[in-house]
Amino acid sequence: MSGATRAEICAVACAELFRGDGEIVAAAVAGFVPMLGSRLARATFEPDLLTTDGGPVLSAEPAPLGAQATEIEGWLTFRDHLWLVLNGRRHVVMGPSQIDRHGNTNISAIGDWSKPSRQLLGSRGGPGNTRLNPTSYWVPKHSARVFTEKVDFVSGVGWDRGAHEIRGVVTNLCVLDFRTPGHRMRLRSVHPGVRVADVVEATGFELVVPDEVPETRLPTPEELRIMREVLDPKGLREREVPA
Amino acid sequence: MASNKVMTVDEIVASLSDGMTVGIGGWGSRRKPMALVRAICRSSLRDLTVVAYGGPDVGLLCAAGKVRRLVTAFVTLDTVPLEPHFRAARQNGAIELTEYDEGMFMFGLYAAAHRLPFLPTPAGIGSDVMRVNPSLKTVRSPYGDEELVAVPALTMDVALVHMNRADARGNAQYLGPDPYMDDLFVKAATRSYVSCERLVDTSDLLKEGPLQSLLISRAHVAGVVETPNGAHFTSCEPDHGRDEAFQRLYAKAAADPDGWTAFRERFLSGDEAAYQDAVRAFQEETR
Repeated sequence: MSGATRAEICAVACAELFRGDGEIVAAAVAGFVPMLGSRLARATFEPDLLTTDGGPVLSAEPAPLGAQATEIEGWLTFRDHLWLVLNGRRHVVMGPSQIDRHGNTNISAIGDWSKPSRQLLGSRGGPGNTRLNPTSYWVPKHSARVFTEKVDFVSGVGWDRGAHEIRGVVTNLCVLDFRTPGHRMRLRSVHPGVRVADVVEATGFELVVPDEVPETRLPTPEELRIMREVLDPKGLREREVPA
Repeated sequence: MASNKVMTVDEIVASLSDGMTVGIGGWGSRRKPMALVRAICRSSLRDLTVVAYGGPDVGLLCAAGKVRRLVTAFVTLDTVPLEPHFRAARQNGAIELTEYDEGMFMFGLYAAAHRLPFLPTPAGIGSDVMRVNPSLKTVRSPYGDEELVAVPALTMDVALVHMNRADARGNAQYLGPDPYMDDLFVKAATRSYVSCERLVDTSDLLKEGPLQSLLISRAHVAGVVETPNGAHFTSCEPDHGRDEAFQRLYAKAAADPDGWTAFRERFLSGDEAAYQDAVRAFQEETR
């Protein structure tokens, strides 16, 4: 097995977000990489996770990216997702356009909300997800435009605004968490080949940076095989992460 | 015998009036009553308040200048994340917006469907949804101390939904994998209209789907119309998937004023039959 790509390292870091979650729905809606990560976690160390094929079905086995489930174990409509948010058996991975040091995120609009300079999606399920479910984030291009001192609109609440749990943030450069006094964002690990200074420079606020920052772990040979041969043979993960 | 509620698209649109609150079923770019939406765009209606999990229905209505206020949690084309006409309308300040969390929105529908003044939910607390909707109020649980958003009933004058099958009485059936919130829209509205891929005899309704596919009862339906391919270009499974090539064409055109003029001329200058002809010609060209 040849060396892991950055996208594969990111996918494994996303899989790690789900470690210990048990029998809950992994709602990795932010893109191919976290979707792959959630299914990889299920295929390896979190076998009880429930995952979809991107549609309203729970697949009997982790489904390959971009394919419909061949065997189905359950039905999960949009309405059931919204019930499940309140019920709580769910860990969601969203993609923020802006995120601040407490994990407040914006997917709604850039600029003044009343007449935005850039209208985005709208709040979607952000307020409910963050208030009620463990929430993580995936940022395919880590930059000071995304990691901002202040978000223009709080669509997803952070630790300082009553979040249930903002667990982690995986980016193309690093892994971040909030395991600090006051739940400020901390640099947990840098991906191989990335310097701490690269992350600091691409972040628009002051990160908590420990004296020793470890490297993000590499995929195991078995994880690489599952990603390449089973869960993402088309290599969709590589499209999402800038080389 | 139950009354015959079959109408034409134009009769349905003629029954609407300026300033109404209109709910639209479906979700994003999925099973939207697009034939009815296109007919509204052709009409002289104005100043509508549109209530929807938004997709190209919202985009087309914004482009046609029909929307005074939008009530939504998002507007997306799904495979194309952002809706260009909605973006332009917001960035130009052309529409007012009531922005909810999508779960809050659902509880608003449930409240209206049950004729309740509100339903409580924790979703929204702490977010800027509360800031930009200053009329939203919170309640304390009478059984504890939890603070909850009192989501007001999303009442509406009219709901429009698109289903796979319906009968002339107004009973309607979905055959796809997700009901979305269509039954809630229909129950929340004062008056509801169903468009469908195919009108069938009542006795044939259960030939294509199980009992639980009968989502909408005639008790809530004022009129029904057969509009084959009427959800185009949104998906309407299993009758047809989303027309992704056409949606890309739409999204590209919608992001560029000259492109939009050409698109409108080619596809939206005539009636529904002309639209469907132009779509067939496009599909043959790109095959």
